[in-house]
Amino acid sequence: MNNEIRKIPITLATIAISLALLHCLAFGSNLPPVKGDVLPEINLLVPENATHRNYLGLKGGTFFKIPQIKAKVVIIEIFSMYCPHCQREAPEINRLYSIIEGSPDLKGKIKLVGIGAGNSPFEVQVFKEKYTVPFPLFSDEDFTLHKCFGEVRTPYFIGVKMNADGTHRIFYSKLGEFKGAEPFLELMLRLSGLQ
Amino acid sequence: MKKNGKLIATAAIVLVLLWSTTVFAISDAFKQNIYNPGLLKPTDSVLKVTVGEYAPGFSLPAVSGEKISLSQYRGKKNVVLSFVPAAWTPVCSDQWPGYNIVKDIFDRHDAILLGITVDNIPTLFAWTNQMGALWFPVLSDFWPHGAVAGRYGVLRSDGTSERALFVIDKKGIIRYIHVNDINKRPRLENLVKELKGLQE
Repeated sequence: MNNEIRKIPITLATIAISLALLHCLAFGSNLPPVKGDVLPEINLLVPENATHRNYLGLKGGTFFKIPQIKAKVVIIEIFSMYCPHCQREAPEINRLYSIIEGSPDLKGKIKLVGIGAGNSPFEVQVFKEKYTVPFPLFSDEDFTLHKCFGEVRTPYFIGVKMNADGTHRIFYSKLGEFKGAEPFLELMLRLSGLQ
Repeated sequence: MKKNGKLIATAAIVLVLLWSTTVFAISDAFKQNIYNPGLLKPTDSVLKVTVGEYAPGFSLPAVSGEKISLSQYRGKKNVVLSFVPAAWTPVCSDQWPGYNIVKDIFDRHDAILLGITVDNIPTLFAWTNQMGALWFPVLSDFWPHGAVAGRYGVLRSDGTSERALFVIDKKGIIRYIHVNDINKRPRLENLVKELKGLQE
């Protein structure tokens, strides 16, 4: 019985990967995300960690889609624990998170998530602990999501604006160019129209 | 339970059928300088060593300018040999930078990592510089070409090496061998599990 319970997350992850892969292939979205477009239809596992669940504004369930995140802007970082630039920039991205969370004007409006391309849950956890990453990171062990995002190099940043009517659009999609927490935040605020 | 099994099997088939290309997450640290050889034969050599026997000794030049011998760690450190196929190729370029942030894990298990490729020192110098400062020695098995890889049985027919890991204990005995599919990166957790096993 216990073994079966332990297998449930693996089963769910496998299903999620298969569904995402089918969708990406069906819609031919094997290109990097384009400004003005919507995100590829991907499912992520709802974090077990309650702090992360609350941060994302998720009530429960098994999977969620990025547009379900309770925010006006979501910044997605495609990273890898094996990527030197991702490692070097991690403290500065943590600082971006702290600036947002420390600002009464921004807290709750801008959320950060990371997707570890080709990283197992263990490897994502190593990265999270090594750099004390405070925001949710997700494993993309078999590069499924990475493929949906056009097999971009890392680190890659995608900015998504959530509209009041429940729709969303990508307003930023770029490899690297994270030149510090403040300039990046200023750029996100400007391009998203949040400021 | 039966239903669950069917579901997993279906999902696995979907993945196998549709996931036919190799995907690499290449770090931007290497810019456009990575040569992609495409999908390669997963393994292309026959091991010449086995778990439980003494690891063949060697002495190789390191990028740092030193000469590193396996015997210098005898009685002092467990040794992990990480053979990677070639500099400036996908996967290889994203393997050692990961090991570079887990020195604490190696330290905890009293282990040193030795990175080995069949490239020459200048190539390794330029390539590893893109990874930042590595805490572990990077050794060149360039001349006689691939001699150490050959002795361990991980030299491929095209002169590159396999993507292989060997864990050697302080007595010099091989405790773990893993020759990975060259197109993929070995999971870190498997190596960590073996390092933990050394102390049990």
